[in-house]
Amino acid sequence: MLAYVIRRLLYALPILLGVNLFTFVLFFGVNSPDDIARMQLGAKYASPAAIERWKAERGYDKPMFFNPDRAGLAKLTDTLFVDKSLRMFTFEFGRSDDGRDIAREIRDRVGPSFAIALPTFALGLFAAITCALLLVFFRATALDFWGVVICVAMMSISSLFYIIGGQWLVAKLWMLAPISGYAGGLDMTRFLSLPVLLGVVAGLGSGTRWYRTIFLEEISRDYVRTARAKGLSELAVLFRHVLKNAMIPVLTTVVVTIPSLFLGSLLMESFFAVPGLGSYTIDAIRSQDFAVVRAMVFIGSVLYIAALILTDLSYTAVDPRVRLG
Amino acid sequence: MSIQPVLLPTDLLVFVLVLCAAALAIHARRQPPLREAWLRVGEHPAAMAAASILLVFALIGLLDSLHYRPQLPPGKDAAAKTVYSSEVSSALDALLAPLRAQTEKTYSAPFARRLFQRETMETPDGGQTRGFPRLQYGARHLQDGDSLPADVAMRLAWTPFAALAVSGCALLALALAVARGRACRPGEAIRLILAGRTALAWRPALIVLFAAALLAAAVAALGPHYHMLGTDKVGQDVLYLSLKSIRTGLVIGTLTTLIMLPFAAALGIAAGYLGGWVDDLIQYVYTVLNSIPSVLLIAASVLMMQVMIDTHPQWFDTAAQRSDARLLALCAILGITSWTNLCRLLRGETLKLRELDYVQAARAFGASTPVILRRHILPNVMHIVLITVVMDFSGLVLAEAVLSYVGIGVDPTTISFGSMINMARAELAREPAVWWSLVSAFVFMLLLVLAANLLADAVRDAFDPRLRRNR
Repeated sequence: MLAYVIRRLLYALPILLGVNLFTFVLFFGVNSPDDIARMQLGAKYASPAAIERWKAERGYDKPMFFNPDRAGLAKLTDTLFVDKSLRMFTFEFGRSDDGRDIAREIRDRVGPSFAIALPTFALGLFAAITCALLLVFFRATALDFWGVVICVAMMSISSLFYIIGGQWLVAKLWMLAPISGYAGGLDMTRFLSLPVLLGVVAGLGSGTRWYRTIFLEEISRDYVRTARAKGLSELAVLFRHVLKNAMIPVLTTVVVTIPSLFLGSLLMESFFAVPGLGSYTIDAIRSQDFAVVRAMVFIGSVLYIAALILTDLSYTAVDPRVRLG
Repeated sequence: MSIQPVLLPTDLLVFVLVLCAAALAIHARRQPPLREAWLRVGEHPAAMAAASILLVFALIGLLDSLHYRPQLPPGKDAAAKTVYSSEVSSALDALLAPLRAQTEKTYSAPFARRLFQRETMETPDGGQTRGFPRLQYGARHLQDGDSLPADVAMRLAWTPFAALAVSGCALLALALAVARGRACRPGEAIRLILAGRTALAWRPALIVLFAAALLAAAVAALGPHYHMLGTDKVGQDVLYLSLKSIRTGLVIGTLTTLIMLPFAAALGIAAGYLGGWVDDLIQYVYTVLNSIPSVLLIAASVLMMQVMIDTHPQWFDTAAQRSDARLLALCAILGITSWTNLCRLLRGETLKLRELDYVQAARAFGASTPVILRRHILPNVMHIVLITVVMDFSGLVLAEAVLSYVGIGVDPTTISFGSMINMARAELAREPAVWWSLVSAFVFMLLLVLAANLLADAVRDAFDPRLRRNR
């Protein structure tokens, strides 16, 4: 087990290195630092001197990969690539354009982000699987048919409408929850209940439909017929046999949905003014703070790869046949 | 008045896409298995209705892709050469000219006579009062005592007949075609179609046509006299904005796949068939791209594209060209982030096909690798390509709205569902709420995406051999 985890972590390294190189090329190759400085300063004020000053203040005044002015190893290390990109592996992200320490901001904001993303994820999975089992239980009836129709309709509604509509209805008209905001401690549940609820509802349609297909595939297997033949009730078959055996394809699906968590938290945090990583990213995008966006791309990939490894580990929990080693 | 046609890059690609679709349709007619699969799609009533709705949307989008620059009215000097407006219009703009031109001061509700906001007005005796002024264009022909519903009903009186006439003509044409195919009398064919007993589900298609004709007639009857869906913050007609948004959504949904398709197909098949270091390299590239959460990758790329466009203003003559370039770049960026999925699927399928007897036989006969890939592998993975294309479409339309909200979507001057939602969202907090922009965007988007989802399901059911076996 431990050997497996270590091996997976080692596999992740070249991928993270690729991400790192890719973002570096994207942020420094497509537009030179001069271009970025010119745009940040505005065309009117972008004299060559001002551009140089802007670059020097932010440490952009080095060569990209090779610094001929230095001696020895510093020829390679005193460059933009090492300074701005490779250094992210040690979680040093430098300063944002408004001078704050990015790593510190990220540390402060990880908590609220997880507080909103994890319940949304867990409850969403639970709700979708419950609805899917319900539809499978009533398969080939009117309930199943209309359930699928509703699922397709729910899939076709942009998540923006769920958020805007929910915020307007629940928070403004019914006044059941605060419209937006965030607080630590016990107050957190008051502020987070609505965004979590909306996140669950927004993902319910596609999730239910997808898990329904998985369960339906599973229910036509031989072992299910055997279970019924020995006289088990349909409920016992569904919960004791089908659900357990479907966990592997379900977990595989979960991997696919992890990236959408990022988008979800981006929207939720910005609509509900939660001080998490998502709203940080949106603010950075709107103020064109490239250092922050670059750091977020890296952090996002790290989190995604970590989530992948965790799901792989969870295979052992649901299927005793799977041995990792 | 003469016009100067303008071909924006996305227009060009849209027409290329239409040509591709036409070529594919001709190809599918000739190939019995493809023909059979498409006929299976057509048997689905929901799929036929969805396809008809999408056709209506596509027609609007195509009209909106015929761009031109109108001639400016000649100045005093008649000998001067003709000058064209720097503003690019489209055929749809010309059709909706009254809707486009009749802008109010600010918000007004659907079918309103008066502005949504109070203003200081002059009274006839010279004093000033606060009140809701009459709209400049909306319902201006009505006197204060006139009944609005009566006027609307009167103007709508002819529309059902027009819609009936249009769908009646379509029914006749269809009946003739069906009658020829079944060797029965046209009257019999009409009865079959209306009873919904034809092989292809024509009845839902006709119902959609009737509804579309009715709506078009209603817009023609009421559009110039009322703001049917109200006006937005700067007084633009919301109906006009909604119709213009359709093209943006369609372009993003289709061109993204068109751009990424050749790369995904070539790389996926090459990785699966060639194996070895090619496979390793391609797998590494898509694993890396896949590990970046797509919204962050899109954000980073769009920001970089913005810098590029901002620092090179000399590339674009008109504002329309700039926003069009941005739209195209957004499609390319979305393509870069979404090709990995298709590439992975194609690689897996090619791995399976490579070991099959017929490919081995082709290799034994000495067929070269490019020939095997083109003639033996590619046609047999096309169903995956097709299914991915139709399944991705609705997701891309939805993604556009979200990205525009986040600020990394289309150019702010491009009318799109995302920008409509973005403008309207803050106004729900007003008392009373300004709901019409949001509701219009919601309805139009729901129709488009729901139709796309339904059609995608039918296409997947018809083309996926795995699902067919299960049935």
